[in-house]
Formats: sequence, structure tokens, C-alpha cells
Amino acid sequence: MPATQRNAAQAITGGFANPVFEAQAVFRQLMNAMANPGVLHAIETNVAPPAPLTAVAGALAATLFDHDTVIWLGPFIAREEKARSWLAFHTSAPLTDQALDAHFAILADPGHISSFENFAQGTQEYPDRSTTLIVQLPSLQGGPALELTGPGIKDRAVIRPTGLPDAFPALWKANGGKFPRGVDLVLAGPDAIIGLPRTTRVEALANVKEAS
Amino acid sequence: MTMQQTDMATYNFAYLDEQTKRMIRRAILKAIAIPGYQAPFASREMPMPYGWGTGGVQVTAAILGPDDVLKVIDQGADDTTNAVSIRAFFQRVANVAVTTHTKDATVIQTRHRIPEETLRKGQVLVYQVPIPEPLRYLEPRETETRKMHALEEYGLMHVKLYEDIARNGHIATTYAYPVKVEGRYVMDPSPTPKFDNPKMHMSEALQLFGAGREKRIYALPPHTEVVSLDFEDHPFEVQKFDQPCALCGAEGVYLDEVILDDKGGRMFVCSDTDHCEKRREEGHRGPLAAEAPEMHS
Repeated sequence: MPATQRNAAQAITGGFANPVFEAQAVFRQLMNAMANPGVLHAIETNVAPPAPLTAVAGALAATLFDHDTVIWLGPFIAREEKARSWLAFHTSAPLTDQALDAHFAILADPGHISSFENFAQGTQEYPDRSTTLIVQLPSLQGGPALELTGPGIKDRAVIRPTGLPDAFPALWKANGGKFPRGVDLVLAGPDAIIGLPRTTRVEALANVKEAS
Repeated sequence: MTMQQTDMATYNFAYLDEQTKRMIRRAILKAIAIPGYQAPFASREMPMPYGWGTGGVQVTAAILGPDDVLKVIDQGADDTTNAVSIRAFFQRVANVAVTTHTKDATVIQTRHRIPEETLRKGQVLVYQVPIPEPLRYLEPRETETRKMHALEEYGLMHVKLYEDIARNGHIATTYAYPVKVEGRYVMDPSPTPKFDNPKMHMSEALQLFGAGREKRIYALPPHTEVVSLDFEDHPFEVQKFDQPCALCGAEGVYLDEVILDDKGGRMFVCSDTDHCEKRREEGHRGPLAAEAPEMHS
């Protein structure tokens, strides 16, 4: 098979086998994840997008994206034509290279995040018009401990995602300082997600211990 | 799943098409991320008129799955017209299991009450909302109320409550009593009696609000601070009833007045029918229980 046909075949396969029920199941996990920040919510899916998109990010994309949502892809994903074709075929979502215009963004290289201000922040009147970032991480366990507080969390929660930049707590604090504007995050591990809405306050746990 | 596919060739699961569900789901996620903020959504025509819970029905349809157990209440009752027809609607278009027992339900759609039984983790309470904007009767222009929310300018609402006190000696607002969410957004809890306001505070359940005609969705995640507005010298108080439920003898619950005859006879009974039935099954009896028809359970 010529390379172009192989690419086309890869763009067509690997979507939801049963879109109605699979999208509902993924959405419920995502809704519960956003309503209960810091709690791991498993995503079981057979979705198989081309690398560097992960199965979980692919499932979230197939659940949330359509022709009404403008998507920005991080450079690691944007340069892969197969990944772009897969998203185009399975979601019909238009791509943009202007992060400020994006409804959703997918990042495969979160270590390079230097600010969340490059994304749509929403306005004071319409704070919902902001980017939701799907952040692919190698693991949601084993990384530096982050303590979470805020709506949806009883007292406190601790998460240990791997692959976020060291400056993440400071970047996230700057995002939270703009409330009600700001971005929302979905941390997408290999088989689960963690929701981080803009209301969640994050402290590096080492700092918490030093302070007390 | 095969059963749903064969039974309902003419409808998508849960009535709405997938593109509509995605649009509503995206609005729900933003609403959860900004508790108390009214997120706009492209409300659809539903096979029922505005005012009959089209907002709540759309939210329920967008979140509902084949494994859910649905309960629908109207003013606390499972057996009134609105509740019966919405329950039947979802049985028909989604083939979901239904219940009247609060504790067995995963999704509860409600019109104007919160069940007496404390909701638990994992449950979703979906409110039908007629007017989502708490400032609407004070300021009719959407452009202005949106700016008031943007600037956190809620003085007008306090003036309204103060005028209640000036005229009546106390805050006379008894339903749709405004609340402040996480110290930021003033929110209309929908026309629930203010009796139910404390149940919204730090609830274990996720609370979603859908206003179909007004095209707004808002939300309260679990463990979220919800404070009823008041004054230091006129603190918020819930309604108190000077007699227990006439059928089950429950105290500290919200009661409905039932007219018995044309000679002024009346009784007060639980508005939450499931709560009342459960208590009577457990053997609790109120003063008029003997005159009520026998329970068949």
C-alpha cells in the first residue's frame, strides 16, 4: 500500500466503535473528574489515535470536539500529519495556530508550558469562553506531590502527576488569580484523568510542609 | 445495548442528537468549572413546552447513560403530572431504569424541591429552572445583569432584601431565595423553598441547573460553599412548621398544605412523597394517618 493510502487508513480507523454510549461513558467520567478535582477517574477505551496522541486524549477529543470547537495542538502533535488527519476525520474540528482562539487544546509536551495566558481566558462577562487544555502526561502517579483545595474537594486532595513543569504551581496560581477568567485543565494519564478546574488551588506539598 | 438499538430505531439514545449532547456537555463542564456562573447554551426545542422542564430535560438527556437509575420529582412528589411525564419520556427514549427511592437513584431531576434524604457522593441532582438570573426582576436588561455579575456588583440584591425588612419586618422571600456561591457569584437556587437552601451547602452530590427557555446552565460541584444572603441583624432562617406531617409524623421536613373539605379542614403532609412513604413503611404514624388510604408496598 502506498504511504498516502496507509496514512488515510490510519486516519479512519481507531475511533469509537459505539459513539453514542462510549462518548456518554467518557463524558460522565470527565464530568465527575471536573466536579471532584484530584480524584483519578478511569477512562477505559479502545480508541487508538496515531502517536503522539494517546488513547485517553483521543477519547476525550472524540467526546468533546466537533465542527463548533476550534482546536489548538501543541507543537509535538501539530507536526504529525497523521494525528491531525485522525482528529479531522473523527471530530471535524477546525484547527488553529492561535492558542488565544482555541476552545480546546491538546498538549503532549506539557514540560514546555511557560504560561497559561497564551490561551483564551474568557471575559469577565463570559468567563466560559476560555480554553480547556487536555494535557497528556506519562503518568498520574509517582511525580511530585501537589495538594489541592477548592470547590469539589472535601478538605484537601493530593495528586502526584508526572511531567508537569516545576513552575506549575506558580503558573496555576496566576491562572486562579484571574478568576472567574482562566483556563481549565484535564490531566490525561495513560488510563485515567484528573480534572483541574480554574477554581482548584494547587500547592507543591514540599512548600506546605516547610510552611507548617 | 442491542436492546436500545432495536427498540429505538427512530430516536437517538436519550432523544437528543449527538452534536446537541456535545454542546450541552461542554456547557456543563464550564458551568462546573465556574460554580454559580450561568453558562449560555443553545437550548433546543423539546417535545414539551417551555416551562415544563425543558432545561432540566436537556441536561438529564446529555448526561444520562444506560446504567443510570432515574428519579423525577415535581414539588417533592414522584406522582404528579410533570414528574410522571418526564419519567415516562426517559423510559421511552433512553430505556433507563427508574425509581422513586432517593437513595437508589443516580440521577434525580427535580422541579422546585431537594429531597429530604441527604444526597450522597456520585448522585447528580438536575434542577428545572424557569428564570436563572437572580437579578432579573431587579434589572430586566441582560447586558446590565451580566455586567453586574462581571463586576460582582450585588448591592441591588441586598437592597431588595432590605426592602422586604422595611415593609414586613422580616425577609419575606420564601422561595428562589438568593445564595452566594464560593463568595463570588450570586445564584438563583430555582424556585425551591428557602427551606432547602442549607441542603445545597457542601452537598456530597453534584448539582446541575438547566433553564431551557432562558438558555442557561449553571452548576454547584460537591463540597461547594453556598451561603444564603442575609444581614447580621436579620440572619437567614428556614421555614418552621408548628405541627408534624399528618401522615408520617415527620418533623423538620418541608410540608404541603392539603385542603380536606370546604369547611376549612386542612392537613399538612410531607412534600417529599418518597420520604413520607418510607417513614410510613417503617411504622411511623402521624395524627391523620388512620384516615389515609392503606399503603401497598
